[in-house]
Amino acid sequence: MTLTAPVVPQARIAPPSLTRPIIMTASALVLGAIFILLSPMDAETTFIFNLGDTFISIPDWIVPSRTAATGFAIAALVCAAIAWPINARRGSLFLPAFGLGVFLVMSFLAWVGADSLLPITGLLQGSLLLAVPLIFGAMAGVLSERAGVININIEGQLLVGAFLGAVVASLLNNAYLGLVAAPVAGALLGLLLAVFATRYFVDQVVVGVVLNVLAVGLTGFLYSRFLTEDPDLWNNPEVLPTIAIPVLSDIPILGPILFDQNVIVYLMYVVVTVVQIALFKTRWGLRLRSVGEYPEAADSVGIEVNRTRFRAVILAGAVAGLGGAFFTLGSVGAFGREMTAGNGFIALAAVIFGRWNPIGALAAALLFGFADNLQNVLSIIGSPIPSQFLLMLPYVVTILAVVGLVGRVRAPGADGIPFRKS
Amino acid sequence: MQLQLRGITKRFGDLVANDDISVTFEPGQIHALLGENGAGKSTLMNVLYGLLQPDAGQIVVDGEPLVFHSPAGAIAAGIGMVHQHFMLVPVFTVAENVELGAESVGPFGFLKTADAARAVERVSAEYRLAVDPNAVVEDLPVGIQQRVEIVKALTREAQCVILDEPTAVLTPQETDELLSIVRGLRDAGKTIVLITHKLREVREAADVITVIRRGRVVAESVSPQTSEVELASLMVGREVSLVVDKPSLEVGEPVLRVNQLSVYDTLDRAIVDDVSFDVRAGEVLCIAGVQGNGQSELVEALVGLHDRSEGRIDLGEKRIDGLSTKGILDLGVGYVPEDREHDGLVGSFSLAHNMVLDTIGESPWSRRGVINYGLINENGQNLIEQYDVRATNAQVAASTLSGGNKQKVVLAREMSRSLRLLIASQPTRGLDVGSIEFVHRQIIQARQSGVGVIVVSTELDEVYALADRILVMYAGRIAGVVTPDVGRDDLGLLMAGATTS
Ligand SMILES: Nc1ncnc2c1ncn2[C@@H]1O[C@H](COP(=O)(O)OP(=O)(O)OP(=O)(O)O)[C@@H](O)[C@H]1O
Ligand SMILES: [Mg+2]
Repeated sequence: MTLTAPVVPQARIAPPSLTRPIIMTASALVLGAIFILLSPMDAETTFIFNLGDTFISIPDWIVPSRTAATGFAIAALVCAAIAWPINARRGSLFLPAFGLGVFLVMSFLAWVGADSLLPITGLLQGSLLLAVPLIFGAMAGVLSERAGVININIEGQLLVGAFLGAVVASLLNNAYLGLVAAPVAGALLGLLLAVFATRYFVDQVVVGVVLNVLAVGLTGFLYSRFLTEDPDLWNNPEVLPTIAIPVLSDIPILGPILFDQNVIVYLMYVVVTVVQIALFKTRWGLRLRSVGEYPEAADSVGIEVNRTRFRAVILAGAVAGLGGAFFTLGSVGAFGREMTAGNGFIALAAVIFGRWNPIGALAAALLFGFADNLQNVLSIIGSPIPSQFLLMLPYVVTILAVVGLVGRVRAPGADGIPFRKS
Repeated sequence: MQLQLRGITKRFGDLVANDDISVTFEPGQIHALLGENGAGKSTLMNVLYGLLQPDAGQIVVDGEPLVFHSPAGAIAAGIGMVHQHFMLVPVFTVAENVELGAESVGPFGFLKTADAARAVERVSAEYRLAVDPNAVVEDLPVGIQQRVEIVKALTREAQCVILDEPTAVLTPQETDELLSIVRGLRDAGKTIVLITHKLREVREAADVITVIRRGRVVAESVSPQTSEVELASLMVGREVSLVVDKPSLEVGEPVLRVNQLSVYDTLDRAIVDDVSFDVRAGEVLCIAGVQGNGQSELVEALVGLHDRSEGRIDLGEKRIDGLSTKGILDLGVGYVPEDREHDGLVGSFSLAHNMVLDTIGESPWSRRGVINYGLINENGQNLIEQYDVRATNAQVAASTLSGGNKQKVVLAREMSRSLRLLIASQPTRGLDVGSIEFVHRQIIQARQSGVGVIVVSTELDEVYALADRILVMYAGRIAGVVTPDVGRDDLGLLMAGATTS
């Protein structure tokens, strides 16, 4: 037998999948066409950018509805078109998908806002506010799931945070003390989850659900027993004041949205930054991630897996509890039965869409907040769409964005799996 | 460092995995631990490393009795372990894995991963263990992951290194490299414990051998000059024939025809690139090649486990590409997957249940949607006896079995159906000589009954023992199809990318 010398192999590469550019182009074409055709010929849409006092005030922008809808739809189509060559080069489609989403939303707004005033800056500010508890919840989810404990309990932790924050602030007549109490409540609920999950190895989803029921029942009971009996004493917390940060809050558009808020929002910036850095740059984060990915490996180098998980889950509870305070001390000013209304579960979705990354989860939570607020604003200004569709449409946009932005998601390797030694 | 185990006993429920084991490991020696699957070798090492707590017995380090409540204690005492199942976090880099648990940090606990990277480079240079500290572990071939494990132990200044079946997943070249590294460590005065089933390696590298059977020491201070046949019978407790009898070939019609099959990975690279071949009834086709040249993906595509494949596959008269895996198996294809832990068994299910995993919805195991547990358990018990699975009964969870016994369960399930084609991927990886003999016999028996057999193997010995034809894969393509009378050197060259002409 004769043998010829080996040649260095180069794997043949198949052409990249066209699914995403096709979906992007199709949605730009179909949705764009719908928005253009539905927008009235002779109406005008007014986009308002001013909110509060800023350095430079941007004049309102008044445009013929159909022209605007067409313009934005074309811009969306351009974004979709750009995606093709980038996809061919296997580059990241983040920017084109983001642009596509933004322009489609603008095109949509040009149609539904025909003959009315659209407060764009207000829309964004409201989105951020709706997103705040989601972001805290998502950070709690990231912390505990990165350590390998599924946290279905975020909803309950938000709720007890909201409750205790309101009660303490009301009793002691100081909103900031309420802000201290809220994370304690969340941490206590987290402690229960931690004990059952890491000491008794009970199924984490089941414990989470049970603890949610506990939180609803407990706060509901105390609410009707005390808070409704004597609301002035128990349920009358002052709302945290907004603190405008000098200079920064004067930046047009962004200033009032980001830097004219109450202290919980600023704490949110801090928490997201700290979680992101601590998780990926510190010993604490490395160990936390190792017990969530492959606890056997962590154990074999002498890391106490269940203790690490225990602490992470309690910390997560505290973060969610703090977020819960936003419902009472940051906005409404009083506790209401089951007032978290599923935010904890949406936060969990944000964790997954954000691929278990703090920054990703932040972006996902903001997107959900925007979807929610868009629907609020539209039902206020009165739009041509039946309200049922209004409730649906933001989520359609969200799903499209997710198709474009999220690729393969992979949970931490040992997420939800108890670690038992023999 | 001298390490003494005195009277170690470890029980799992009724099962005595280690029964009063005493053994001494001396510095500057490679001490081989031999024993069949389930003999209790890993258990003993896990006790020594603090991962398991012994029920009785003592660990004595340099004359001083110590108790390890967790691996931290063992690591502090200078013991490092390379585990049978790698203890590396797949998504971490090499440096992160190496520093984990012993991180050097700055203010606020900020990691100094650069320090870890330097430590990796230092150890790499000192012991000639080339690894890239910044590579992500899951992207590395198993041979390199193995090195990372060793580097990990060495950066912790381990004086005693335990290697639990380090060569089970290595290619012959990688094995040779590893053994020379281990010899280097020994010459540097370290205490080495080497667990392996490969007798050739033991004879080549060990200074002294201890044999364990059913949790007890059955032979100590065995000389490495002892013959392979003798070692084998010490391990298994009976005569083992290291070569299987293979009656002459009576081939029939092709049962499987593969035409221009390509398989792509998530980055759209062709891992299997335009491969065509036949398997005939009554022949064993061995797919040989160095790990990672597309063999695994090829057989996954054959049984419909790969969603990104193209090409035509026919089983007899029926086209099967595009069918579901269940549909393909129902046509009489037996599949023994490469990773029996994850793909072959459901760890938390009983053995009896695992034995009927793919047919449980069908008669006679269930009728009108009602499962007949009596019958399933009876079947499980029969198969356990027939295939000599070492387990107390058919009700125990599959995850508690040792590697070799798990493999027997998978084989028992797949071969107890009537088959036209049997696909076995690395069927004897990690098995002891006795089990290998058994598995090889089963495969040859399937061949005799007219089943077409595909065996994927990276072991040249196994390829020569079983093959009627050898298909060598390299970089996703067929480097050549040869008969088993080809020389070892030529086969090695083919596996390294030379092509026949
Ligand atoms: N966690 C456990 N629970 C119950 N039984 C176990 C457990 N771990 C091991 N065993 C049992 O203990 C015995 C010894 O197992 P061990 O893993 O030490 O074998 P081994 O000699 O390393 O075998 P192999 O060569 O297959 O790796 C086996 O019978 C196994 O089934
Ligand atoms: Mg073992």
